[in-house]
Amino acid sequence: MEQIDTVVEEPASWSRRLERRVMNPLIKTGQGYWIIVALLALVVAWGVYAYSTQLRDGLIVTGMRDRIQWGIYIISFVFFIGISHAGTLISAILRVAKAGWRTPVTRIAEFITVVALSIGGLMPIIDLGRPDRIHHMFIFGRWQSPILWDLLSITTYLTGSIIYLYLPLIPDLARCRDRLGNEAHPWKRAFYRLASVGWQGTEKQHKYLRIAMGCMMVLIIPVAVSVHTVVSWIFGMTLREPWNSTVFGAYFVAGAIYSGIATIIIIMVILRRVYHLEEYITRQHFINLGYMLGAFVLIMLYFNVLEYVTTGYKLAGEGRFHFQQLMTGPFAPAFWFYILGGMVVPGLIILNPGTRTIPGLIVASIFVDIGMWLERFIIVVTGLRVPLMPYAASWYTPTWVEWSVMAAAFAGFGLIIAVFVKLFPVISIWEVEEHREHQEAVRVAEQSLQRLREEAAVTQPASRTAFTWEGRHESS
Amino acid sequence: MLNRRKLQATPSGDAGGKPEEKKGGVSRRDFLKWSGAGAAAVAVVPQFRFVSRLLGNGRSEAESANTNGNGKGRLRRWSMIIDLSRCDGCQSQGTPPKCTEACIEGHYASEPMEWIQVYEKEIHGGGTQFIPTPCQQCQNAPCVNVCPVGATFSTPEGVVLIDQERCIGCRICMAACPYDRRFFNWGQAPIPPQAQFVEYHVEHQVPAKKGTVMKCDFCPDMARVGKLPYCAQACPNSAIYYGDLEEDIATNGAEVLKISKFLSDNQAYQQKEDLGTHPRVYYLPGHGEAVGRSPYTHGRKPTRWPWIEKIKGAKTWSR
Repeated sequence: MEQIDTVVEEPASWSRRLERRVMNPLIKTGQGYWIIVALLALVVAWGVYAYSTQLRDGLIVTGMRDRIQWGIYIISFVFFIGISHAGTLISAILRVAKAGWRTPVTRIAEFITVVALSIGGLMPIIDLGRPDRIHHMFIFGRWQSPILWDLLSITTYLTGSIIYLYLPLIPDLARCRDRLGNEAHPWKRAFYRLASVGWQGTEKQHKYLRIAMGCMMVLIIPVAVSVHTVVSWIFGMTLREPWNSTVFGAYFVAGAIYSGIATIIIIMVILRRVYHLEEYITRQHFINLGYMLGAFVLIMLYFNVLEYVTTGYKLAGEGRFHFQQLMTGPFAPAFWFYILGGMVVPGLIILNPGTRTIPGLIVASIFVDIGMWLERFIIVVTGLRVPLMPYAASWYTPTWVEWSVMAAAFAGFGLIIAVFVKLFPVISIWEVEEHREHQEAVRVAEQSLQRLREEAAVTQPASRTAFTWEGRHESS
Repeated sequence: MLNRRKLQATPSGDAGGKPEEKKGGVSRRDFLKWSGAGAAAVAVVPQFRFVSRLLGNGRSEAESANTNGNGKGRLRRWSMIIDLSRCDGCQSQGTPPKCTEACIEGHYASEPMEWIQVYEKEIHGGGTQFIPTPCQQCQNAPCVNVCPVGATFSTPEGVVLIDQERCIGCRICMAACPYDRRFFNWGQAPIPPQAQFVEYHVEHQVPAKKGTVMKCDFCPDMARVGKLPYCAQACPNSAIYYGDLEEDIATNGAEVLKISKFLSDNQAYQQKEDLGTHPRVYYLPGHGEAVGRSPYTHGRKPTRWPWIEKIKGAKTWSR
C-alpha cells in the first residue's frame, strides 16, 4: 500500500516541480476550460429557467402528485448528500488512521464534500411548495420533525466541512501568495494574501494547525454519520412498510460512502488527466481507492440482503406488494441493474487483477454512481407507490422541469469544481511534501541502520551469534 | 371566529387533547419530546418557546383545556362513527357518494380532492364493502409528529388541522399519513370564484392556497354551533354519526346515542389499528346490508366537482 513514490531525487527540485505542476492551473487557463465552463453554465441557466416555470405555476409542472409526492428532487438530495460523504471518509478516516497515501487525494475529496453538500442542500428547497416561506423553518421550527434534524445536521456538516477544507489549505495559500507573485492576477494575489491569514510556517503556527486539524478530523466523522442517518429518517420515521427498517440509517451511510468513493475516483481521473498530475496521483492511489470501493461492495450487498431477505421472507402487509414490484414488477429492471450493475459488476472488476486498472476503475465507478442513483430512485418512488388504501397503484413520470433541474444540479457541481481548481491548489502541496520527507527520512534511517548492522556483523561475528537461541545457528 | 392561537394548546401543537387511548409507558410523542429536548440542548437555532414549554413555563394542560373555542365549559372531544352496514356507496341513489359531494360543495374543494373518500374494498367471500374515509383525526398523529413548522397540529379537542398560512409545502406529512388522506395544491387549485371571498380559517380551509397541503378539517366549527359536518348531514342512509366523546353522545341527525355503548355493542373498529395512530374515527363492520345492498353489486358513481366557473389560472390535476 505504501510503495507509491520511490523516485530518488534531489528533494528541493522535486518539491519545486510539484509546486509548479500544482500551481500552474492557477495562473494559466486554456481554451478548453472556457468551453467547458460555458457549457456547464448553459445547463445551469436552463435549469434556472425550468425552476422559474415551477415558481410561476407551482409543483404542477413536475410529475409528482399526491400519491407519489416526492421525486427527482428528493432523489437528487439523497444522492448529492451521499456523495458528500466521500470527502470525510477519504480524508478524515485516512488521516486518523495515518495512512500516508492519502495526501494527494484529500484536497479533492474534501472539496467534493463541500460542493456536493451545497448542491444537495439546495434540492429540498427546490422541492418545497412554498419556498417563499423557508424562514418558517427558523421561526416555527419543531425539533420533533426529521426535517429539522436534517437542517441541523446538514448545516453543521457543511460548516465543519468548510473549516476542514480550509485548514489544510492555509499553508498552500501562503505558498501561492509567496511564489506566484506577478504571474497571478492582482485580485488573486489579494485573495491569497487575505485567505492565508498571515501564515509564515513557523513552528508555533504548525503546532496550532495540527491541533485544529486533529480536532476537526475527529469531530467531522460522527457529524458525517449523523447526516446520512437523519436523511434516512425522513423516510424511516414514517409509517410506510418499505421504509420501516431499523438498518435504514446504516444502510444510507454505507451507500453514501460507497457512491462518494466512486465519485472521487471519477473526479480524480479527470483532474489528473487535465492537469498532468500522474506523478503524484499514481496508479496505486486508484488501486487503494478501488480496494475501499470493493470493501463497500460487500457491505452494500450485505445491507441489501438484510433489507430484502427480511421483507421477502415475511411478505407482511404492504411488504408483498413492495417486494413484487421490485423483484419482478415494473421496477425490476432498475432494481436488478442496481444489484448487478451497481454492486456485483464493480465488485468483480475490482476483484479481478486484470481489470483492476485505472480504466477498469473508471468503468466500475460510473456503474456504482448510476446504480446508487437508481437505488435512491427505488427507495423514494417505490416506497411511496405502495397503495395505502384500496386504490390502484399510481405512477411517477418525471417531467422536463425535473430533469432540467437535475441536469443543472450536476452541471452546477461541475461548475463549482471548475472554479475551485482555478483558485486553490488541487493537491495539498505541503502534506505531500511532508509525507515524502517522512518517507525519505525513514529510508535514510533504514539504510544507515542496515549499514551499521553489516559493520557490526563484520567486526564482531561472535556477538551476533551470542543472541541466537542456545547456539542453534552454530550447530546447523 | 376563533383565532389559531387559541385553538392551539402549544406553539408546536403536539399536546392535543388527552388521548383517551394512551395507557402508561412512553408514547412516541413523549419519546420525540425528550429527543427534541436533547437536540434543543445542543442546538443554537433559537427555539425559545419550545424550550420554555419543556421547562414548564408553557400553559398547563388544565389551562389549555379551557380554550375549547368558547373559553368555558368542558373540552369537547370530537369523534365520528361510520356504520358500514348502512353505506351502499349511494348505489341506491344512483349518484356519486353524497357525503363526498356535500363536503366538496361545503368546502369549495377542488378536483381531485375528496376529503372524505368512499373506497370500495374487497371482503371475504368475493363481495365488496364501501368505506367512507375522512381524515382519521389520529390522536398519535404521524403527520403532526413530522411537520417541521407545526403547520399541522392537534387541537385540544383532538382535531388535526392544517394552517395553510404556515405550511411550507415539504409534503413529509403526506409521506407520513398511513391513510392517504392528505392533498397537495400542486398548482392554482380549480376552485370557483366565490371561494375567494371566504375568509380563511384553519377550521375552514377556504380558499385553497397554492403549494400547501389540505385535508378534512372535521368541521368542529360547525359542531360547536350545533350543526353536523357536511358529510353526516348529506348521508341519505344516516350512516355517519358525529359526536363528543367527553359527553359520550353522538348523532347522525336522526337518532342520538351513547357512544361507548354503541361502539361496544357493534364490534366497532378503527382503520389500521395496529399502527398505533389512535384515530377518532370508528367504523362498524358491514357492507350496506342494513340498507339492502348486496356485497356483489360492485362499483359506485365517480365523484364530480360541480364548479363550472373556476378562478383565473386554475389547473386541474389527478391524484
